[in-house]
Amino acid sequence: MDFTTGFFYLFAAVLLFAAFRVITARNTVHAALYLMLAFSQAAALWLLLKAEFLGLTLVLVYLGAVMVLFLFVVMMLDIKFEGDRWSFWQHFPVAAVLGALVAAELIAVLWIGFPNIALQPPEVAADAPSNTAALGKLLYTEYLYPIEVAAVILLVAMVAAIALTLRRRKDSKAINPGLQVHVKASDRLVVVPMAATQKAAEAAQTPEEGKA
Amino acid sequence: MSLTLGHFLSVGAILFALSVIGIFLNRKNLIVLLMAIELMLLAVNMNFVAFSHYLGDMHGQVFVFFILTVAAAESAIGLAILVLLFRNRSSISVEELNTLKG
Repeated sequence: MDFTTGFFYLFAAVLLFAAFRVITARNTVHAALYLMLAFSQAAALWLLLKAEFLGLTLVLVYLGAVMVLFLFVVMMLDIKFEGDRWSFWQHFPVAAVLGALVAAELIAVLWIGFPNIALQPPEVAADAPSNTAALGKLLYTEYLYPIEVAAVILLVAMVAAIALTLRRRKDSKAINPGLQVHVKASDRLVVVPMAATQKAAEAAQTPEEGKA
Repeated sequence: MSLTLGHFLSVGAILFALSVIGIFLNRKNLIVLLMAIELMLLAVNMNFVAFSHYLGDMHGQVFVFFILTVAAAESAIGLAILVLLFRNRSSISVEELNTLKG
């Protein structure tokens, strides 16, 4: 058993433990933190598989961005942590049996279904490009159109997230700029035609009326 | 005993089963449900990367890249909907979200 195998078992054990804690944690913040642990272990496993670019992308995108998003939302919402999760543990034995069945079937199908795959990965040539270079070459030649579609998907997601959560304040005193631009002088100043005022001599005789 | 494809496929399968359990048993918290979906996507990605490595084919890793993109978009929109839901209902309990029930 070489070092790689030992590391594999270490990372896999921590990954599965963290995943178990994500679904059983009572506190949502703990669940989010365990999810970070799970993603970091998965990134380490991908490094063992020589998928360096994807492993680092997982760390950057998930541990850096998505997990912060999760933690923000968890802490922004004022969630009462329900003391008892008895319904979870009440149904857990049945679910554990079914889950074990799902896992066993998946493993059996995948192990039996791919017997012809070599136990050892194919040897890479010494002058082969690095993982990142090879992936980049594929992405920007063969997959150029899909990567543009992916960019549009990210843009749509960003716009949708902002549009969904944008809230107009009711007590805001801001002026609508569109209406402000279209305002005319006649909207602001009204010239009222009036008869000429009374003469100065009459005004002096009746000061009380003038005051009133 | 060196690592084989089966090791990684087993990890992926167990991870997938764990997240399925999490989705079905979770009754209180919609955020944990979203996290379980993320774990499911991670399990699938694990299989893709393992196959890509053992077949010597980079296309599997390109697919993982696109899955990561879509998963990021999905979690962003999901969390936005969650915030909106919490504003309107003051609760994210899965049990109480039954307004669509006839």
